[in-house]
Amino acid sequence: MTLLEIKGMNTYYGESHIIRDVDMSVKSGEMVCLIGRNGVGKTTLLKTLIGLLKPKSGEILFDGNSINRTAPHNRAKSGIAYVPQGREIIPYLTVEENLKLGMEALQGGLVKNKKIDTFIYELFPILKTFLNRKGGDLSGGQQQQLAIGRALLGQPKLLLLDEPTEGIQPNIVKDIESAVRRIINERGIGVLLVEQHLHFVRQADKYYAMQRGGIVASGPTKDLSKSVIENFLNV
Amino acid sequence: MQLIVESLFNGIAIGSVLLVAALGLAIVFGLMGVINLAHGELMMIGAYSTYVTQLIFKLPAFQQFYNSYIIVSLGVAFLVSAVVGIVLESLIIKRLYGNPLETLLATWGVSLILQQFVRSVPLAYGTGLIISLIIGLGLPIILPKNLFVSHQSKFFRLGIWSISVVFGLLTANGLSSAISKLGRSSSRNVDVTAPSWMRGGIEFWDITFPVTRLVIIVITIISVIAVSWFLNRSIWGMRIRAVTQNRSMSECLGISTKKVDILTFAIGSGLAGVAGVAVSLLGSVGPNVGANYIVGCFMVVVLGGVGNLLGTIIASFGIGIMTDLIGAGRLLEIWPEMPSSIASTVNFFATTSMARVLVFALIVVFLQFKPAGLFPQKGRMVEG
Repeated sequence: MTLLEIKGMNTYYGESHIIRDVDMSVKSGEMVCLIGRNGVGKTTLLKTLIGLLKPKSGEILFDGNSINRTAPHNRAKSGIAYVPQGREIIPYLTVEENLKLGMEALQGGLVKNKKIDTFIYELFPILKTFLNRKGGDLSGGQQQQLAIGRALLGQPKLLLLDEPTEGIQPNIVKDIESAVRRIINERGIGVLLVEQHLHFVRQADKYYAMQRGGIVASGPTKDLSKSVIENFLNV
Repeated sequence: MQLIVESLFNGIAIGSVLLVAALGLAIVFGLMGVINLAHGELMMIGAYSTYVTQLIFKLPAFQQFYNSYIIVSLGVAFLVSAVVGIVLESLIIKRLYGNPLETLLATWGVSLILQQFVRSVPLAYGTGLIISLIIGLGLPIILPKNLFVSHQSKFFRLGIWSISVVFGLLTANGLSSAISKLGRSSSRNVDVTAPSWMRGGIEFWDITFPVTRLVIIVITIISVIAVSWFLNRSIWGMRIRAVTQNRSMSECLGISTKKVDILTFAIGSGLAGVAGVAVSLLGSVGPNVGANYIVGCFMVVVLGGVGNLLGTIIASFGIGIMTDLIGAGRLLEIWPEMPSSIASTVNFFATTSMARVLVFALIVVFLQFKPAGLFPQKGRMVEG
């Protein structure tokens, strides 16, 4: 089932045209990877999907409904979770409070949902030991785990991940990879991943390659050729 | 010993008025980063609503409860100022987030409008207006939500507002005929008389503690505890903290930042109303009553460190005790055989207004060394 469909989307940052006529689709239970060099507009694309930026033209369909005019918090409630580049943990809130904020996206918000689902501690055991620490005091890797855990607590149908392994020590990268894989298998959610890390890219089912704001190549990840990798990844 | 206790008590009393007045501003300016120059006028509205509540309690029907009017007026003042704050936020300030200069000018304009409003409009009609706003804004929250989704929602809204206008007019007419004082417009100051149990003082160690001051201290303590509980323990408090620290991410997590903005502003304004009750106990209430406090409030918030509740508390008590030490010439009492040259200087500053001058000068000097206040914290100025 197609979960997310983008048709002819164009986005501007002020005057500059960033996203050019992008068509893309993500199915439930599928991991889609968006690759491309720095500054081609991958983050802008994700920001448009969550609603922080408004597309100038084109259509975004989520679960069959157009969400072009939906505010970000309502997109979150309808089942899109966003893990931004730089993680954006709320710095002076504790880890526990940060996790709870993830549950705002559930039906009824925090008022109806009080208990943190313990599967999050199975995925990222480190979070349980740091529950009372301030989010801003965690290391980069821990913050990344927190950000993903927070996103998953909203039980999203679609997870947007922006460079989750950027600047993170290799053993945590492995944890994050397996956690994402596990969630897709167990819950059948769709994942749209922006990634530079080749090992993670290879885990995806499908790839889209971006250049100057447009999609220039796509296909199953197993067909990713060496030349495409050299062209679109900073390796 | 007696001297120290008395001095400390006076300082705490002055400080608690400052604190309760600055508490709302600590939320609006400290957390949201909105420079609201109409904050003093929200206090003024709180003070006037205390006056109106008092007059209503003098009516024969409520006479027997007269002594408890001050407790009722705390809730009334909070509600009234909060509603005015909601209107202010959604009509003006919402459009100016991220433009501090424009916010400053616009809210200053609002403060002048509000001052003139209480001068030229009879209080009964002001009360009627507030009642219609409360009904008009409150009914949509109470009624089931699905009424507003259907295509007839426009008629529902129209219906609610017409009901509220009718109620407002009825209240205005009723009040102006029942209490003639409220029926006329007047720019003269009015007096809130404290109920009998609040007059006089409590003797303790040969020192008299005036009950009004004690009541203000109690109001302050309750407000501080309520605010810190709300911000740190409640769900909405957590949402407010999240939004003030990272607005766009909070929105992406499913928090309606617009709702949080309105609520935060409403609570800050409501606290200004509570401060208005405290102020009305200290002196007469006039259109300018809030303007006398606004500078002090900003000083307290800046000195305490913007966005820091504990800093605000310490700063206001610090300023209160300093003001009393200097203003009442306590130094001379503590050290009578002071050399005459110093004694004359101390005497020179031993008036309320000169004490204020000296305290503000000291704050300015202090801020030269610690520009971010006592407890600097990485705060947020509102982003667009």
